[in-house]
Amino acid sequence: MLSIEKLNVEYYRGGKTISAVRDFSLAINAGESVGLVGESGSGKSTVALSILRLIRPQEGHIVSGKIQFQGQDLLSLPPENMRDIRCRKIAMIFQDPFTSLNPVMRIREQMDEVLKAHPSLSASPSRLVEALEQVQLESTRVLNSYPHQLSGGQRQRVMIAIALLGQPSLILADEPTTALDVLVQKEILGVLFSLQKKLGLAMLFITHNLGLVTTYTHRIAVMKEGRLVEEGPSQAVFRQPSEAYTRQLLEAIPRLGRSTG
Amino acid sequence: MTLLEMKNISKAFPIEGGIFRKRIGFVQALKDVSIDVRKGETLALVGGSGCGKSTLARIVAGLLTPDSGDVLWEGRSLSTCARQERARLIQMIFQDPYASLNPKLSVGTQLMEVVRLALTPPSGTLSLKGEGKAGSMRATCVDLLESVGLSGDALSHYPFQFSGGQRQRIAIARALALQPRLLIADEPLSALDVTVQAQILALFKGLKSTLDLTFLFITHDLAVAANFADRIVVLKEGEVVEEGTPATTLVAPKHPYTRALLDAVPALPR
Amino acid sequence: MIKIYFQRFRQNHLAMAGLLIVGFLTVLALVSPWVSPKDPSLQDLTARLQGPSPSHWMGTDDLGRDVFSRLLLGTRISLSVGFVAVGISMSVGTFLGLWAGFFGGKWDTLLMRLVDVMLSIPTLFLILAVLAFLGPNIYNVMAIIGLTSWPGLARLVRGECLSVREREYVQAAKMAGVSTARLLFIHILPNVVAPILVSATLGVGGAILTESALSFLGLGVQPPTPSWGNILSIGRDYLHIAWWLSLFPTLAILVTVLAFNLLGEGLRDVLDPRT
Repeated sequence: MLSIEKLNVEYYRGGKTISAVRDFSLAINAGESVGLVGESGSGKSTVALSILRLIRPQEGHIVSGKIQFQGQDLLSLPPENMRDIRCRKIAMIFQDPFTSLNPVMRIREQMDEVLKAHPSLSASPSRLVEALEQVQLESTRVLNSYPHQLSGGQRQRVMIAIALLGQPSLILADEPTTALDVLVQKEILGVLFSLQKKLGLAMLFITHNLGLVTTYTHRIAVMKEGRLVEEGPSQAVFRQPSEAYTRQLLEAIPRLGRSTG
Repeated sequence: MTLLEMKNISKAFPIEGGIFRKRIGFVQALKDVSIDVRKGETLALVGGSGCGKSTLARIVAGLLTPDSGDVLWEGRSLSTCARQERARLIQMIFQDPYASLNPKLSVGTQLMEVVRLALTPPSGTLSLKGEGKAGSMRATCVDLLESVGLSGDALSHYPFQFSGGQRQRIAIARALALQPRLLIADEPLSALDVTVQAQILALFKGLKSTLDLTFLFITHDLAVAANFADRIVVLKEGEVVEEGTPATTLVAPKHPYTRALLDAVPALPR
Repeated sequence: MIKIYFQRFRQNHLAMAGLLIVGFLTVLALVSPWVSPKDPSLQDLTARLQGPSPSHWMGTDDLGRDVFSRLLLGTRISLSVGFVAVGISMSVGTFLGLWAGFFGGKWDTLLMRLVDVMLSIPTLFLILAVLAFLGPNIYNVMAIIGLTSWPGLARLVRGECLSVREREYVQAAKMAGVSTARLLFIHILPNVVAPILVSATLGVGGAILTESALSFLGLGVQPPTPSWGNILSIGRDYLHIAWWLSLFPTLAILVTVLAFNLLGEGLRDVLDPRT
């Protein structure tokens, strides 16, 4: 469904050009969830932004590579087609639920905005209710609320609902639980992955915590300093990591069974 | 031997609403909480967001005053304690490493400031190296940085030139400058990558044994608490719901909230 | 830190232009008595109201005085009023804003009510009334402009101070036992200073405009001391026969205020806390 081939992305920072992603290749099949794991600065978020071509020209550019989605080359699409892709085919969920929603608009208005921006979507109120019920939120109360009246977990559920409005076939989740506490994290992971299975969506789940993705995703890809370091089925990578770096990431996961210092 | 006692601490925050910002209610952040911390132990305060753990930390740190109840240090109430005196007993590491350091001042200025305070009476017990006040203060700063795994070069740089993990180390160095007996760590790992979390946790363990520190460690992650704590106290909505050692609370949790926290730790395939 | 800011500033060409013009005008203001081609107070009634010529680059006024020289000397007036007035409003506004923002409670309420009152009084009328009462001279002008422009700045500073006060590094300094004075001036002030500097540079432009208006109305700098405003005032009476008496002072005011605005905008871009 999605195939990234030899992607190279550079950023402009303080007058210098830095290579953020180097020769990165990855394929995601329909209905499959892939975990993209790496430390801060490894380029994992950049990969997601490149797929949707969300990198601003002043910040950086895609140097070379191919990104094919359902047969189409995303990097050479004209802007109107890209806009369509961004809503109807590939959706993205960001890390910070506190800043991803407009604080001065009610949830209903923000969701309506998404529907109105894409004429191919019917803007009926029932669609909003359905979307929120999918993420197990009580629609009447939430639709009339402002973002600050909702908890972090509820906001992230709203973000997921908005992402699903366009009925995409691929979801890019960029560290969606990093800003949440463990209890809420578990809820959100539950909601996200059960929806993924139920709707047969493909998903790229980006995180710095290898432990999060091992039980939820089909495959794991590990990134270090812009390059793909290891890739394979989740269980296999977890039990038998072939790279020292992967082993390092595994070691770092806080586990319950350890003895106290 | 009990070093710190939190006795019957209660704290409520007013909620303001409406156009005239009237007080429309209260959020009871802490309800009659009593916890003891023993000398030399690491006590983990665990709970989800909103449980009151950060509020309690700030009360112990002296940044907030409780509505009722008291904090006692070796039996003596801290409410009568002067800020400078309290500074030599209790210090704190904050959650956000990006906000823990003043962006406009160099690392050296910020460390020196605290080292200078450490050297003024009542009990300037820092050991000095070399001759001359300025030179020895600088040497002390370099020592502090090295003790947290950074080099003395850091002194001339500004916070924005460092990563999150490095900034947290600098914050730790600053906290240690006054040689406190108790270190409060308010979710010090939450904003860091797992690999960096592991490094900072290792640093804490090392410092605890070499400096004989007592830790009040706040976290929402039981796995982290399991790794470091001698005792765990679970807070829910401002009340203590469970207390025990990692062996008891993690293996046989009594309260459903503890069980929920335990379940929330990402399961790893066996 | 300053080095990094200056590097960033250099990249903004308009802002550099502003800085250079301001610098040039400042130098001009300082050396004007020695570089003016003619004596600004020398009257020559045989050469009244003459247009620009090789001997009088900007023409002469109704008393035959060289306009260019008078304009040059007027730079002193404009810039000194601008700098001193803003200096006063910056000091008073920053100090009161920091105090209210940091200590909160009664102090905050007191200051905010005072600011509300001052901002609701029409400034121009207040200035005119005070000057009519105390007598118009440059010192009163500087003082009154300064004392009527601090409220806006105080409110700005107080707002910034409220948010900076809660930051972790301030809490950490407090916990270390740092004195209140040090907290305010070494920790909080540098993090609050960005909007102050921007507001100050823009304020200089405003102060210069106000002084020109006052002198134009006759309540500012009094003749024979030349001020751009009072040259304009003469120009008004001779508008149809001596356009140079109105054009050149207007251009001078325009260029000066524009330069300060560009400088202020440039500072704002550089100090924007996005890095």
